Amino acid sequence: MAVQTVAADTHSSAVDLGPAAALSCRECGERFELGPIFACAACFGPLEVAYDLPSGSPEELKKRIAEGPDNIWRYAPLLPVPSDVADKPNINPGFTKLVKADNLARELGVTGGLYVKDDSGNPTHSFKDRVVAIAVEAARAFGFTTLSCSSTGNLAGAVGAAAARAGFRSCVFIPHDLEQGKVVMAAVYGGELVGIDGNYDDVNRFCSELIGDPLGEGWGFVNVNLRPYYGEGSKTLAYEICEQLGWRLPDQLVIPIASGSQLTKIDKGLQELIKLGLVEDKPYKIFGAQAEGCSPVSTAFKAGHDVVRPQKPNTIAKSLAIGNPADGPYVLDIARRTGGAVEDVNDEQVVDAIKLLARTEGIFAETAGGVTVGVTKKLIEAGLLDPSLTTVVLNTGDGLKTLDAVAPTTGLSATIRPSLDAFRDAGLAAAN
Amino acid sequence: MSVKVRIPTILRTYTGGQSEVPAEGATLSEVIASLERNHPGIGARVLDDQGKLRRFVNVYVNDDDVRFEGGLDAATPDGAGVSIIPAVAGG
Repeated sequence: MAVQTVAADTHSSAVDLGPAAALSCRECGERFELGPIFACAACFGPLEVAYDLPSGSPEELKKRIAEGPDNIWRYAPLLPVPSDVADKPNINPGFTKLVKADNLARELGVTGGLYVKDDSGNPTHSFKDRVVAIAVEAARAFGFTTLSCSSTGNLAGAVGAAAARAGFRSCVFIPHDLEQGKVVMAAVYGGELVGIDGNYDDVNRFCSELIGDPLGEGWGFVNVNLRPYYGEGSKTLAYEICEQLGWRLPDQLVIPIASGSQLTKIDKGLQELIKLGLVEDKPYKIFGAQAEGCSPVSTAFKAGHDVVRPQKPNTIAKSLAIGNPADGPYVLDIARRTGGAVEDVNDEQVVDAIKLLARTEGIFAETAGGVTVGVTKKLIEAGLLDPSLTTVVLNTGDGLKTLDAVAPTTGLSATIRPSLDAFRDAGLAAAN
Repeated sequence: MSVKVRIPTILRTYTGGQSEVPAEGATLSEVIASLERNHPGIGARVLDDQGKLRRFVNVYVNDDDVRFEGGLDAATPDGAGVSIIPAVAGG
């Protein structure tokens, strides 16, 4: 198929983004030159990066990766970034812990090995640093000077931090009623943070209109006109999980769904590793997790639909509160193709799951992590997730960002006078 | 009913580069037919072979997503703003 030259909005097609060869429409397959475009001119479908993946033996590639830095740039040969990316100013996220969660496994009855991929360890404490780091390189390549995004909170902080480090101006947009922790963590980096009087879908609509207006000229919206590149950052979760398992595929993964981009890109990353021979070609199942108060994909999955009907979100899991998820149809395809499922849990179950993970593994997850752990529990109880198989559950953000969710039911065990008698009377002495 | 339609960048080849064009119609369906009369070819970009809105197109009448308002049957009051937006953003 011929590669189209796209005039509108394209700053330059002669860019060095490493193995990235073109943009390809996921719907109709039309190809376009690399540029700051995100929707297919033929069918409006999402564009994604097509690669000339590295040749050579799997062992050579594994050695090259192992010799790379302890961050996502170790996978630069598989990402749309220049080969010297590690030398450029960026936030260098990734290579977060894959925690073998034996205590949680016992609690849930998992015998095949349960792991938590804990992405709260990234520079701004969520997985968003991965996608933003890639978008920064695309923004640099296309000559943008301002970084922007529509955000449910985590992305705003990641963009602010990356812009500060990489020398961009930033101006990001969030719903006006986000958790205070996320507002502060986004504002502290010194960029402009704008609250929009509406929900995330309203913010996203506003940004999509701004990108097509002269007012947005010169702006790189990481999750709009840079979205094809940005999304590729989530592939690094797949690479890391497999490398940390000793270059093995897990049997089952439980992944949160907001727009659905992360889940689809993790699947893409796993498929690439199989194609490159870095892991054994064997089946795996992908499960999606949503909050009941914003469950358009789960609802469609359970109803057997392949179209996702938008919802108006109402959940404490605000980082997942996207009522009109762009990649929802592809999540349905992947869950069905791999034999997985999409499930949801209510807000009370989210809070219970946050506390379960904290008390069993010492990991304090944000509400999205509560959603994945809660859905994992529900899937096991329903017999949909096999406890005898190796399972990886994603925690995509730090609980300090969503203190509001657990604060009402978490606090002091007791308040006592500073005396041994008071301590004894309170019944706090260790049982012998 | 006369409305103003905001055109996304990828459809402006049909409108001579204009980002906003007028159209007529009491429903979204009639507005799209009006757009097609004035800018031949644009209708097939927005609608699929069955005449439904393509799944990666979002359309708003004023502030309302038409998927909550009857889809192509959504009313387009006189003076309304209609926005056509690619759906593949965000997240």
